[in-house]
Amino acid sequence: MKGAVLPLGLVLAWQGTATVFGLQSDTLSDPLQVLAALAAGLGDASILRATVQTVGAAAAGLMLGAGLGAVTGLVCGLLPVLSRLLRLLIEVLRPVPAVAMIPIALLVFGFGARLEISVVGFACFFPMLILTETAVRGLHPLGRDVARMLRLSLPQRVVKMVLPAILPRLFVALRLCAGIALIVAVTVEISSNPMGLGYRLMLAGQSMRPADMFATLLWIGLLGWGLNLALVRAEHWLFATGARA
Amino acid sequence: MSARRHLAWGLASLLVLAMAIGLWSWIARAGLVSAVFLPGPERTWAAIVKGLQSGVLVQQTGQTLRRMVLGWGLASVLGIGAGAVIGLSARARVWVLPLLEGIRPLPASAVAPVAIVFLGLSEQMILVLIAFGALWPMLLTTAHGVASRPARLAEVSRCLGLSRTAYLRKIALPGALPDIFGGLRLGLTVALILAVVGEMITAQGGLGTRILLAARSFRAPDIFSGVVVLGLIGLASNAILSLAEAWLLRWRPR
Repeated sequence: MKGAVLPLGLVLAWQGTATVFGLQSDTLSDPLQVLAALAAGLGDASILRATVQTVGAAAAGLMLGAGLGAVTGLVCGLLPVLSRLLRLLIEVLRPVPAVAMIPIALLVFGFGARLEISVVGFACFFPMLILTETAVRGLHPLGRDVARMLRLSLPQRVVKMVLPAILPRLFVALRLCAGIALIVAVTVEISSNPMGLGYRLMLAGQSMRPADMFATLLWIGLLGWGLNLALVRAEHWLFATGARA
Repeated sequence: MSARRHLAWGLASLLVLAMAIGLWSWIARAGLVSAVFLPGPERTWAAIVKGLQSGVLVQQTGQTLRRMVLGWGLASVLGIGAGAVIGLSARARVWVLPLLEGIRPLPASAVAPVAIVFLGLSEQMILVLIAFGALWPMLLTTAHGVASRPARLAEVSRCLGLSRTAYLRKIALPGALPDIFGGLRLGLTVALILAVVGEMITAQGGLGTRILLAARSFRAPDIFSGVVVLGLIGLASNAILSLAEAWLLRWRPR
């Protein structure tokens, strides 16, 4: 409750200043205008259309990158030999900033959803790989002995023992990657790709529509916040009993 | 694992890396992927050498590095300073921290259009963008680290008659250092990303501008050489920070 005082106070002070001094500006806007712009954007569905583009590309990239990352991490976690062999290659590729992939993807795919999906996929791949591998490594070695005693084949062991055990931590990793995916998708749109919320934000700023700009910014913030909240809730709901992650 | 086996695995891993580069070279030479998209390692290396000899790549790397370090430094000073104040004061944690936690998930790059409106496509805008993005990890880790010092230590320092600044300097900040380093590391990664984003948007020079302009005019070797240098910057900056961390935290029991 107390935490809400400062933001509300700031917004009120902003509105008050704007009303008293009669704000007329190409760069600033007051909260009521921002809310009006947000309502207008939601009303004519332009914000929703942009949201679908951004979230769609982020989700597709997330599935691609995090999926491949989880599989690679699982294999590396189960086969330490492979993990040690690949270590240097991964350590060299991992620090490359995902945004540096934008020009390469631009060259290959041109503008559009595929550009965004590929960059988001690259950004999600390595965190997912590392976190999955760590999760598999963290399993109790006793499980392995039990699997051997039960004469489980490797696929059986993976499906019956490893995957259920790492599922909570896998979900945490997925939540982290979902946040990254949204950030990277917006970044790609701001820096190059003419679609989605990032582009709407950039366009509003360039064409001196501050109310629209702040409304889109607010919407992106709400989206990220809502996504995180939903995933945290889902996590509690899914893994309420065995949550160890 | 013994040192010798460690070395053997390191060499094997290096061999795999070399094989990957060899595969890349083979794919490029066999024409499996069009040379427009994928220059081989040879052409990428040639572009790096050319850039180094003409000095263009050196200058661009310098610009990106300078922005990254300046923005990150600015964020460190502000973030650790504000984080320490918030961490010390229970009142600030109740009233101010929720606002800061609320702003943090906002994608830093989404602030770029706003920064452009106020500062134009300028050097300052890039620095503000980097500082804004890199601020949050440092501020929140510092606040958390300072706030989570054992209460006993605060009591002891009160008995010793330490002032608040002395408590901060002698007890709270050194104790929070492991947390702060986590923030510094994350902040540095963010700083490099935002330096590249800022350079792509503003076209103020630097590696970000280099690779985006190269993409527009289909000069793939120039993109790849820029990406290689960016990867090296990421690798080196992380390694330097790890060394600094190991040295500054050498008192910590392993």
